[in-house]
Amino acid sequence: MTDRALVVVRAGALTTVQDRGRPGHAHLGVPPSGMLDAPAGLLANRLVGNAPGSALLETTLNGVALRPRCAVTIAVTGAPCPVTVDGRPAAWGAPVRVPAGALLDVGTATSGVRSYVAVSGGLDVDPVLGSRATDLLSGLGPPPLTDGTVLPLGPAHSLYAPVDMGPQPAPPGELVLRITLGPRHDWFTPTALRTLTTRTFHVSTTSNRIGLRTEGPRLDRAIPHELPSEGLVLGAVQVPPNGRPVIFLADHPTTGGYPVVAVVHPRDLPSAAQATPGTPVRFVDSAPTQPRRRLRRSERSSDEGGPGAKPPVSGRGG
Amino acid sequence: MSGHSTAGAHSPASTRRILPVGHDALLVELADGTEAQALHAELVRLRAQGGFPAVRELVPAARTVLLDGLSEPRAEVAARLAALDVPPVPAATHEVIELPVRYDGPDLPEVAALWSVSTAEAARIHSSLEFRVAFCGFAPGFGYLTGLPERYAVPRRATPRAAVPAGAVALAGPYTGVYPRSSPGGWQLIGSTDAILWDDTRTPAALLSPGARVRFRVIGEAA
Repeated sequence: MTDRALVVVRAGALTTVQDRGRPGHAHLGVPPSGMLDAPAGLLANRLVGNAPGSALLETTLNGVALRPRCAVTIAVTGAPCPVTVDGRPAAWGAPVRVPAGALLDVGTATSGVRSYVAVSGGLDVDPVLGSRATDLLSGLGPPPLTDGTVLPLGPAHSLYAPVDMGPQPAPPGELVLRITLGPRHDWFTPTALRTLTTRTFHVSTTSNRIGLRTEGPRLDRAIPHELPSEGLVLGAVQVPPNGRPVIFLADHPTTGGYPVVAVVHPRDLPSAAQATPGTPVRFVDSAPTQPRRRLRRSERSSDEGGPGAKPPVSGRGG
Repeated sequence: MSGHSTAGAHSPASTRRILPVGHDALLVELADGTEAQALHAELVRLRAQGGFPAVRELVPAARTVLLDGLSEPRAEVAARLAALDVPPVPAATHEVIELPVRYDGPDLPEVAALWSVSTAEAARIHSSLEFRVAFCGFAPGFGYLTGLPERYAVPRRATPRAAVPAGAVALAGPYTGVYPRSSPGGWQLIGSTDAILWDDTRTPAALLSPGARVRFRVIGEAA
């Protein structure tokens, strides 16, 4: 049997090993981690015949170059980018055979941020708490790739993938994020809540796997004092003291002491992962199942009944 | 901590606020940390018996418990939570985890001064108490330990340290914590331990998890 491994020739700006992460350990302070644009990563695994949870690479802006020591099938999805094998153009978003010793180059994204590179057999680095994902907040999982890193591969089940292409959304020119207000929207002024859903924010260059940070309007607090630490969910829109909302992504802290004004719908987070710095961001209040939040325009000036007037969740739907 | 709940009494459901979070989570807000620990312990017990609550994450914190990734309709779970009769935190469900400690932290003199006692007395006070892991956060295996009487609460350092060594035993507010690995940190360092708080290759990886009872045992002195 040949040596089932990949050698990293060019690590790129930030390339990490990802899979579906390690949910279920938040009570120990362990972030969920995992692929930021999961639909793209899962498609890449399907294209090479891997199980959905197989570990693959997540690149950031400028790709990665790899030299497999054995013949492999690879697929690149997510942020569109040029793909070459020994300098010859190859397909993006489709299975590509790479002979042993050939150089696979995944180039700079032409749009979007994160490309996914799945390799038949999956990356067989040691799992931590059941996941091979690199967690940049807590340092769990393998460190980000460096030039010369050797990544072992698992056994490939088949040379042929069950699909040879799949639809992929284009990276967003404008990021429209559906939100549900709360749990701490009553810590903000009515003006701040109006600002959140009416003004345009922009993706900050300081965004990373922990959070998508925004530039633009400030959200001012109605309640200035400190919030005791409380649990955070994926997609939480937390507002730190500078007033600029941060949308928490996969490597988010499990607890936090700044109020969460709203939560982004999980289906909108993959596009957040692909929004380049400067992309306009708008928040749209979806509130689909909570009639008490459905305010008529004319009632907008009243602050949802004010702090302390919130009933517990009840009623039907859910 | 606030003295809101009477020791030994069941927590009244009326002090619970149940807030929706996103599309499949609930945040239960309680009167204080003691009630949050009691609710978390009860939910863990109920979950171990099978069934309620079916959640991806059950995350206690300072005075809340987060139920994230509900697999049942949220309104039904919220109604059950609102009606739940929560017994006080049981005293002896966990073994006491003893952490060997040297009270040699650089901030011990400052903490002792805040407590108006000598450094030796500060060490004696801290090592005489039993703590409980109220919740974890900040880093894998970092527990927020309660048990310090309210009068011993200390502020965070005005200037956080760029690097706190692994094993540092530290205080902030009402909490004691032990840094699982070297990291920046703003807590007051009173001591150090050789205990391994987090080990990826160990099962369980975390030495301290919510609900665990903890004592600090002084080493390196005849005492």
